[in-house]
Amino acid sequence: MRTLFDKIWDAHVVQDIPDGPTQLYIDRLYVHEVTSPQAFDTLRDKGIRVLRPRQIFAMPDHNTPSDASEPLTIGSRQMAALKANCDEFGIRHFDAGTKDNGIIHVVGPEKGLSLPGMTIVCGDSHTSTHGAVGAIAMGIGTSEVAQVLASQCILQQKPKTMRINIEGTLSPGVTAKDVALYLMAQMTTGGATGYAVEYSGSVVRSMSMEGRLTLSNLSIEMGSRAGLIAPDEITFEYLRGREYAPKGEAWDAAVEEWRKLRSDDDAVFDKELTFRAEDIAPRITCGTNPGAGIAVDERVPESIQQSELEYLGILPGQKLEGTPIDYAFLGACTNGRIEDFRAFASVVKGHRKADNVTAWLVPGSWAVRQQVIDEGLDKILEAAGFELRLPSCSACLAMNADKVPAGKLCLSTSNRNFVGRQGPGSRTVLASPLTVAASAITGVITDPRKYLQS
Amino acid sequence: MKQTFDTITSTCIPIAIDNCNTDLIIPARYLASTTRDPKFFGDAFMHDLRYDSDGHLVQDFVLNKKGFCEAPHEGVHEIIVAGQNWGSGSSREHAAWAIAGYGVRVVISSSFADIHRNNLLNCFVLPVIVSPDFQQELFASIEADPQTKVSVDLPNQTVANLATGHAEHFSINGYKKYCLMNGLDDIDFLLKNVGTLPPATPSYEGE
Repeated sequence: MRTLFDKIWDAHVVQDIPDGPTQLYIDRLYVHEVTSPQAFDTLRDKGIRVLRPRQIFAMPDHNTPSDASEPLTIGSRQMAALKANCDEFGIRHFDAGTKDNGIIHVVGPEKGLSLPGMTIVCGDSHTSTHGAVGAIAMGIGTSEVAQVLASQCILQQKPKTMRINIEGTLSPGVTAKDVALYLMAQMTTGGATGYAVEYSGSVVRSMSMEGRLTLSNLSIEMGSRAGLIAPDEITFEYLRGREYAPKGEAWDAAVEEWRKLRSDDDAVFDKELTFRAEDIAPRITCGTNPGAGIAVDERVPESIQQSELEYLGILPGQKLEGTPIDYAFLGACTNGRIEDFRAFASVVKGHRKADNVTAWLVPGSWAVRQQVIDEGLDKILEAAGFELRLPSCSACLAMNADKVPAGKLCLSTSNRNFVGRQGPGSRTVLASPLTVAASAITGVITDPRKYLQS
Repeated sequence: MKQTFDTITSTCIPIAIDNCNTDLIIPARYLASTTRDPKFFGDAFMHDLRYDSDGHLVQDFVLNKKGFCEAPHEGVHEIIVAGQNWGSGSSREHAAWAIAGYGVRVVISSSFADIHRNNLLNCFVLPVIVSPDFQQELFASIEADPQTKVSVDLPNQTVANLATGHAEHFSINGYKKYCLMNGLDDIDFLLKNVGTLPPATPSYEGE
């Protein structure tokens, strides 16, 4: 009668400290340039080595330039520090501008580094993404990064468990991103704090791996550090043959074990909620927290805080559909995967980008970028007036040069609409790749259902 | 940053923002630092609420207001009373470094985001969870008198509003309480316990 979370957690308990947290063994640590320099300093200060460097993979992603004409120098101090630290401590490093590089939360699953049953951590809150393969994956702070480097463990209180069932069939034009934005609005940004969430139900079971990664990615926006999805045939098909996944007999043995990774039928969750697919339309946000959201054709509700409305320059009762946008951003660990580029291309095919819109199309990894080119999507995008950029976290948090200017409105596939998130004074509306694509060709926030092509 | 805890009695800074995310506590552009310099991060604490885009003080933001603008030191402004769901969003520990660097030792709220709460503890800043009623009473007491003092007693796990005399018990596990009272890091505990680990997780590359 254990949940999926319990099974993975129990298998990784090193010890339960009396009247204290659990010492939890970590299978995989990912490291990026922003939250790691001080962790490596801690090791140097204490004169200790990395305990199990083969289980750790590093890559810069937050600072990497998305503009090919830009030199690799922006944020170079942190990127250089990451490279030097990896050299010093014997950690594999996928350097900026190489084919292995990309956003950690895109690259990890894509390379088969994130596997079912694992415990996975990284100094980044969107580490919840990797839970989509059936793993416990959590964001941690820099002190905890140092702990894992030094001991391959962290100390954590076991969270409560929550199951969110999404039942029914999604309507055309409604994506995993819309499901997540809907859940955030229902749950609020703190509604799942203290819980590890398992996503289940017919919508999740039939969702592609890319969609599941998007759903798990956004768990943290409801306050949940971890968002798990039980592995199934879709998971196994996605992982089969990937570079770091098991091969041959090891693969068969692994799959046999992974099939056991599901919540028992009589498992009891601390909280269980069920939502209906029929209630979910294409969604947009209308505040400065991801929980403030509406269907794309709805009016801004009275419940949005005054300060948020003022920042965005909108009014209660107003429709955002039809509002001019200045920027369109496709990418981030939320929506920077091949399926997202296919969706975007399917909408803009045969149309032209609106003149008032600056569009940043930023693949989540070099592998995604290559696949976009291999599938000829770049030609469709180019014909519609869009340019394919280089992999980076980019305008999601504006640590590289991709900053939305003050006052400008960006319709974005990223994960946070916080004040100043995409650049000081920038205004953000979150949406799916389909909605961003439809809006990028009309120049105003647009219901993507009007532009669906078969 | 590594200070031992006993009882802290201090005036407070009220930051009545619900769902205050770590992007607000420290904007991403300050994450480019590769050090843990307390001065740098303390200066960046809530920067974009303290200063406008031209770098001028935002006069009506609490950290700039008379009665609250004095830099924290013993007995003065060592405690933040915060809105609910404090520290949501990004995992950046830089937010905890900013709070500690500014000179704050305790954050009181009715709820904290999970990752940020751990980060505060790892930076020797004590997160204290109180009931919403107690939190609202604190805001009211401070509004009525900015000199209102609050006493946070870690050994006895109590927090008291000295203006009203009301007190509450707060939770913290015995392990972390011991660490805070004695200035001990989790990493030191873990380094003593590496002998009991399972075998290395298999690697399948190149097979």
